[in-house]
Amino acid sequence: MRTSSRRSGRLVAFAAVTALATSLLAGCSSDDDSGSEGGDGKVTLNVGTFGVLGLKQAGLYAEYEKSHPNIKIKENVIERNDAYYPKLLTQLQSGAGVNDVAAIEVSNITEVVQTQAAKFEDLSKAKGVDKSTYLDWKWKQATTDDGKTVGLGVDIGPTALCYRKDLFKKAGLPTDREELAKEWAGDWDKYVDVGKKYMKKAPDGTKFVDSASSVYNAVFAGAKERYYDKGGKEIYEDSQGRKDAWDAAMKVAQGDMSSKLKQFDPTWDQGFANAKFATVACPAWMAGYIQEKTGPEGKGQWDMAKAPTDGNWGGTFLGVPSAGKHKKEATELAVWLTQPEQLAKVFAKQASFPSTPSAYDTLKPSPATKAYFNDAPITEIYADIAKNTPSAIYGLKDAQIGQSITDIGVLQVEQQGKSPAEGWEAAQKEIKDVLGQ
Amino acid sequence: MSETAEYAETASPGEGDAAPAASGRRKASPTSSWRSRLYRWDIKASPYVFVAPFFLFFGAFGLFPLLYTGWASLHRLELTNLDDSTWLGLENYTNLLQSDYFWNALGNTFTIGIISTVPQLAVALGIAHLLNYKLRGSTLWRVAMLAPYATSVASASLVFTLLFAWDGGMVNWIIGSVGIDPVNWRESSWGSQFAVSSIVIWRWTGYNALIYLAAMQAVPHDLYESASLDGASRWQQFRHVTIPMLRPTILFTVVVSTIGATQLFGEPLLFGGTSGSKGGADHQFQTLGLYLYDQGWINGHLGRASAVAWLMLVVLLLIAAVNLLIARRLRKAQ
Repeated sequence: MRTSSRRSGRLVAFAAVTALATSLLAGCSSDDDSGSEGGDGKVTLNVGTFGVLGLKQAGLYAEYEKSHPNIKIKENVIERNDAYYPKLLTQLQSGAGVNDVAAIEVSNITEVVQTQAAKFEDLSKAKGVDKSTYLDWKWKQATTDDGKTVGLGVDIGPTALCYRKDLFKKAGLPTDREELAKEWAGDWDKYVDVGKKYMKKAPDGTKFVDSASSVYNAVFAGAKERYYDKGGKEIYEDSQGRKDAWDAAMKVAQGDMSSKLKQFDPTWDQGFANAKFATVACPAWMAGYIQEKTGPEGKGQWDMAKAPTDGNWGGTFLGVPSAGKHKKEATELAVWLTQPEQLAKVFAKQASFPSTPSAYDTLKPSPATKAYFNDAPITEIYADIAKNTPSAIYGLKDAQIGQSITDIGVLQVEQQGKSPAEGWEAAQKEIKDVLGQ
Repeated sequence: MSETAEYAETASPGEGDAAPAASGRRKASPTSSWRSRLYRWDIKASPYVFVAPFFLFFGAFGLFPLLYTGWASLHRLELTNLDDSTWLGLENYTNLLQSDYFWNALGNTFTIGIISTVPQLAVALGIAHLLNYKLRGSTLWRVAMLAPYATSVASASLVFTLLFAWDGGMVNWIIGSVGIDPVNWRESSWGSQFAVSSIVIWRWTGYNALIYLAAMQAVPHDLYESASLDGASRWQQFRHVTIPMLRPTILFTVVVSTIGATQLFGEPLLFGGTSGSKGGADHQFQTLGLYLYDQGWINGHLGRASAVAWLMLVVLLLIAAVNLLIARRLRKAQ
């Protein structure tokens, strides 16, 4: 009797485990299905992105799904590129779990072109792609020496300065965008001088900029000489562009003009919401960010002026990994998403600036975005900057070198009170480690 | 082995009566010999088949990665090109042993491990002792203890990051109300380590308390009775009855917590925010786990990252050896 009851207990347990296992397996397999083909025979295309690319926000996926009833689009977002990019590399190497369409940040594009080209579809020959619609330098950045294009340009990052009119007014500074642009035109030192004036009468608890790194990146965006020379050799130590950017950042850090927030941290987001800083370097993609993070209270308070120098900070490409399950459909989607008329829609919604000049005449920010930035002529400002941006040479480890400088070097001076010399030394040491030297 | 098989064969149903002639008959009849061979196979092989899943999984997810990591640590292997590796011998290891970042990470792992494990276990012991009394709503308290453990690392770390924000964070606000200057928790060396430890302590104290509680409830009640008859106070009972009886459990939690502390990763990574794998501008809270991640996935040097992994294993083995020695000492002392 006792044995039989024990046995029946065991049977129940066994049944429970089996049921659990089957349901788990079922769960897995249904997940797999959604990754390729759903029960309704639809093809699901996964689009991997970092941050806010704006394609979804502008309603492009919904529009595409409507015109292609057999397609379902799923966007897999990772907040930051420094977490997204290693994952992309891993997926490319293993060939497993790749997104059908993958976003690539401009600071990684050289490495992708030089080391991963074999793992991407050649989009230069895809149907509907017209090389002449894209900015020439943008096209070249994503193309190998033998003419294989691994990514189509989505947005570029012409960089202006966004500033809070209300805080400027309280600090007794001019608030007119033309006037401000003239005041600091051509020289970042003049921008720092405006900062000094601001700090003299700064409204309580506010600083002139969000972070010294933001200034570093804005200045560096206009650099003619970056971290690598044409031959792919690192020149970050002596690069004039790097030095100028570093010096400007040091002036801001040591002049106590910065809120000392690390960009893209939650506390930085709070800084936007609580109006903690008066200016922020404003590449086009940042404009959408500002609207999202500052919220409705910031409407009409933010304005936008040309920065001392014109430059490009950031930008994105869309590539189609060869290991994807639906390469044909994915290529069609990537091509469609990067057409001028689609990118114009993203600009309207998110102010991300298209890499297709033919769209520039039709660009119109949405009334809400325009009102948010106090009716600034967003299109004209960004288009003008985009035209005057020097063509830049990107290198293998641009992203990691830049991160070492801002997140180690600049931050040590800004937040740990070290001297600029110590900060630069720490950054150099970090870069050597990054490069494996 | 063969003897048991022989015995089993003879005892099998249907052949029992022919037991004495078993060996002779096996040659005579092919069918029965086939069956008996099958049976012998069954006896021999079945146990292996039953335990096979564990070994297969262990081989695939335990042994193979371990060996592959060892192989990778002897090569230059880049994340951007896994098909291409060059033999380096021990160069990755010598580079690491000469790297300030590695020793810094090792030191941080050690200090954060100490300041998170020691208070955590001490507090857990105290909490368990309190929960062991007859309490109203004791189940509620016990479940509440486990709630932090059930929270994900990500959400816990995010909340603590905001609490420890140097500008507008709650911790600075509280210490500010008693007149202390705000501390830049993330960028100061001890401040960041304290903040990271606090996340660990918050998450794991309740978990350890429940383990202690379970062990305490297994302590025979008459020990306490006789102790109180002898006039021992609650505190004396705790020191002279509870703690000695809990010694194996304490040792277990120490070992588990030490392993956890050595592998500490999620909390400092998320506490660091953007580029969290650096562990702060001066690597002031970069643990070995973060250093490994930074080398492998941010910088793309998988060979070096593998070497870090193996050195971590060595560190763990050393700690295990020390633990073993202490445990043996304790046993002798008893």
